[in-house]
Amino acid sequence: MPSPDELRQRIEAAIPDASAEVQGADGVHFSAVVVSPAFSGKSRIEQHRMVMDLFAGELGGDIHALSLKTTTPSPQEPR
Amino acid sequence: MSEQSTQIRDAIAEAIKDNDVILFMKGTPDGPACGFSARAVAALQAVGAPFAAVDILPDPRLRQELSAISNWPTIPQLFVGGELLGGSDIITEMYESGELAEAVGVEQPEGDAPGQAPPVPEPAQPTGPAPLGIENRLG
Repeated sequence: MPSPDELRQRIEAAIPDASAEVQGADGVHFSAVVVSPAFSGKSRIEQHRMVMDLFAGELGGDIHALSLKTTTPSPQEPR
Repeated sequence: MSEQSTQIRDAIAEAIKDNDVILFMKGTPDGPACGFSARAVAALQAVGAPFAAVDILPDPRLRQELSAISNWPTIPQLFVGGELLGGSDIITEMYESGELAEAVGVEQPEGDAPGQAPPVPEPAQPTGPAPLGIENRLG
């Protein structure tokens, strides 16, 4: 059974400069907030896919559900 | 892939192409069969977006073929202008941030909406010949 911390580590390892907060006390339903500059310029669906794809083989299996929120770091890049 | 699967996939692709805003869901807008689908419907209705809806429950192949097309594992799925906009999380997030109305092409009412008419109740369950049983909410 995957732990929230395992999911967090996998997200942070796979997505550049990502920081993730993952919850999922029951071990099968998870929710994650992921912040990464790599999401910049991508649509929400593309952002979610970047995360979902990491767990493609497990969604619907060990991971029943992964609820996601993705953002880029607070907009501070100079224009 | 069997001929039937191909037919179902083609029908789904056509429905996505023909309907500017189309929600694939569990159950119907009047009788959603899943909390996530219910939330998606509520968000679309709250922004006053006309949308078509397809119940994927009657035939498991619908879901299978839909996910093959969209490369998205879960239901609901909202398509706008032929593109997958998102599932439950994205719909809810965009609704809460106020982006949904624009994304589905309805003007966000400024202040007061002039006499929002209540939605017209659907006439009984349409069991028409349409292969997907699309509930057309565009009227």
